[in-house]
Amino acid sequence: MSESKSIAQIENEIVDDFSLFDTWDEKYEYIIDMGKKLKPLEEEHKRDENKIKGCQSTVWMVSEFKDGKVFYRAESDAVIVKGLVSMLILVLSGHTPKEIIDAKLEFIDRIGMKQHLAQTRSNGLLSMVKQMKLDATVYLAQQQMNQ
Amino acid sequence: MTQTIEHKIFNVHAIREQFPILNRMVKGKPLVYFDNAATAQKPKVVIDALTEYYEKYNANIHRGIHSLAEEATAAYEATRDTIQQFIHAKHREEIIFTRGVTESINLVAYTYGRTNLKAGDEILISGMEHHSNIVPWQLVAEITDATLKVIPVDEKGELMMEDFYQLLSGKTKIVSIVHASNSLGTINPVKEIIDAAHKAGAVVLIDGAQSTVHLDIDVQELDCDFFAISSHKVYGPTGIGVLYGKKAILEAMPPFMGGGEMIKEVSFEKTTWNDLPYKFEAGTPNIADTVALKAAIDFINTVGKKEARAHEDALLQYATAQLETIDGISLIGQAKHKVSVASFVVEGVHPQDLGILLDNQGVAVRTGHHCTQPLMNRFGIPGTTRASFAMYNTKEEIDVMIAALHKAIKLLR
Repeated sequence: MSESKSIAQIENEIVDDFSLFDTWDEKYEYIIDMGKKLKPLEEEHKRDENKIKGCQSTVWMVSEFKDGKVFYRAESDAVIVKGLVSMLILVLSGHTPKEIIDAKLEFIDRIGMKQHLAQTRSNGLLSMVKQMKLDATVYLAQQQMNQ
Repeated sequence: MTQTIEHKIFNVHAIREQFPILNRMVKGKPLVYFDNAATAQKPKVVIDALTEYYEKYNANIHRGIHSLAEEATAAYEATRDTIQQFIHAKHREEIIFTRGVTESINLVAYTYGRTNLKAGDEILISGMEHHSNIVPWQLVAEITDATLKVIPVDEKGELMMEDFYQLLSGKTKIVSIVHASNSLGTINPVKEIIDAAHKAGAVVLIDGAQSTVHLDIDVQELDCDFFAISSHKVYGPTGIGVLYGKKAILEAMPPFMGGGEMIKEVSFEKTTWNDLPYKFEAGTPNIADTVALKAAIDFINTVGKKEARAHEDALLQYATAQLETIDGISLIGQAKHKVSVASFVVEGVHPQDLGILLDNQGVAVRTGHHCTQPLMNRFGIPGTTRASFAMYNTKEEIDVMIAALHKAIKLLR
């Protein structure tokens, strides 16, 4: 996608997309569609150390640090979570560790999906956001050590 | 002499009017509450009993000599009498108030279990137990070096009774079995299990979390040694429950927790225990919720358990027939005898997704493993979607759920 866009810009674009929807099913149709389109994570990455386990569904996530930017890939066994995961990747992936650490991720609340972040026990989504930021923090620390 | 048979008239609409929460909207739609196996909603009489207690006679019980303390004590002890009658216990002191089934089982595991189990002894549970009837036994097995044995479950969701008889031996000291499965609805043949276990010399605990609201409970007829109840599943408040135990066994058991109320005399050299049931009720109990539990039981008695059961059974039958018409659906738990629980999986659809989309249509169901992970593993599934019905549910609500399911599945596939 457009790497030149800031995190806030991408968040705003998602919010704009959602503002076109009148009903809950249109919103979920969009999220489910994003979930279905998310490139599956290779089986080799679906290891315990990449697993963010929720009580009901599971998220697997890997990250890599390239040219000063963090790239994420992830998957979930539940499609709505996968759609939300896909949006988080769309927003955060390809940015610098500092930008990711500072990201407020208010779009989730603004599109009316905050409840899914609150259900920490059931889906692991909040833990995934934390893990994404934690990875960014580690890359930032490594970067500073190498300088 | 004329004989009369009493027929109570069951009017679901009149019953619904007594549950204020059923009037609320969820996501702009009328609430359809099908998560009754997790917790039941409360009738107005229960809510009023809680308010009345705090507004009119809140006091600490048993030791106060003022009027409020007397009234509170009388109300608290009246619940014990009501429970005694409700489950047909022989003595009122066989009714111990706990926080719920989980605490009741832990109480038995830590007192009876720790005192009576030794290395080589066996505890027998089943493959459809809730985690609350697995983990306390694992903990006590670790302390005592006893072994946990498990009765397997068949494809229909029934206990494999031949295996039960093979597993049962002179080594079996405790059998702890769920009366009705929270995940599948299966009603287990507990009478048969209790009789066989007694012949083998074991004591039996029955987890009545799901059964008490639906089935007639007669602990003397069952002859179980322990029976555990949670108030919030029988239209009562949360945070209160019951452990029934046979008097002689309870008397021989050491206390669970130490503190006030449970003692007779305390000195630094030696403390003596209070009589039953107070020996097991240390500290100031949950007075308000205990008092309101009586209102819940009185409410069930007024409606009539038999009448409510007939209604719930009809709902289960209707829901099962309607669910079976949905493409790709499999019902998990098809036992011959069931309480009103319909658990299912839909091919290619994660239960969590289904739960989210049903919630958006105002339908509250439970999704996931229902705290029975070993059982889910036995069926090779991560979890199910579970609709569980109470006396206030209607066929029309089932129609709403079925339509909501069609819509959700269409979006997800």
